[in-house]
Amino acid sequence: MELKTRIHAEDGMQEITVTREFELPVALLYKAYVEAEIVEQWMGTKVLKLDTHKHGGYLFETTDPRGNKHRFSGSIHDAVSERSITRTFEMEGMPFPVQLEYLEFERLTDDTSKLTMHIVYRSVAYRDQMLQLPFAQGINMAHNRLQEVGINLK
Amino acid sequence: MNLRRDVFQAIADPTRRAILTLVATQAMTAGAIAANFDTARPTVSKHLQILTECELLKQEQNGREIYYQLNAKKMKEIADFIEPFRQMWDDRFNKLEAVMKNYKPKQ
Repeated sequence: MELKTRIHAEDGMQEITVTREFELPVALLYKAYVEAEIVEQWMGTKVLKLDTHKHGGYLFETTDPRGNKHRFSGSIHDAVSERSITRTFEMEGMPFPVQLEYLEFERLTDDTSKLTMHIVYRSVAYRDQMLQLPFAQGINMAHNRLQEVGINLK
Repeated sequence: MNLRRDVFQAIADPTRRAILTLVATQAMTAGAIAANFDTARPTVSKHLQILTECELLKQEQNGREIYYQLNAKKMKEIADFIEPFRQMWDDRFNKLEAVMKNYKPKQ
């Protein structure tokens, strides 16, 4: 089956591009990024602030299973309705520098649309670390699951 | 020597997997890594040696300290390490699509 979400990450570059085609009109796709209640539903996060305008910003908060709160925030540098959002992103309290995100919303047909996220990191090394995060969490989760069912790999 | 098999043996150990998880977010010294485990320091050193020998970890000299960090190239041999990242976004976007398909404008 063809992958709906694609990641383009070239070796030695400090950027990536994420693309995804949606079975949604571009107006609804854009709305999913600017309305707080909707962002909460699909991002699985609390939205403490979301002001998608030039000089605006956002602040999201998630609570992990241990009850620790994690905040994600950034500035909105530019927003053109149903076309584009330019913003920064940072995980507060983590040793990763701010990243710059260019989001482009594109109408394909009346009922379909495409999102292109171009993310620029401070360095190649930081980009590679960010790409590895879910992989590392995956190792960790697999490890926990193995412990739960009492399997000893040794 | 079958290096690939060694890599899989290296990640079969829970402590070594935990070490890989630790250094995935930032490069760390052996001391900082050992502080996260109850195991004796020489045991942790042995794990670091094995992970370094099969190139899952890279050493980097910074002043007098040696920092350990993930070797992304080697990680690619185990699994395409970008795939979980892609999967994370794919899950989010699937949810977005499902939420918006049921979206009713408020009146």
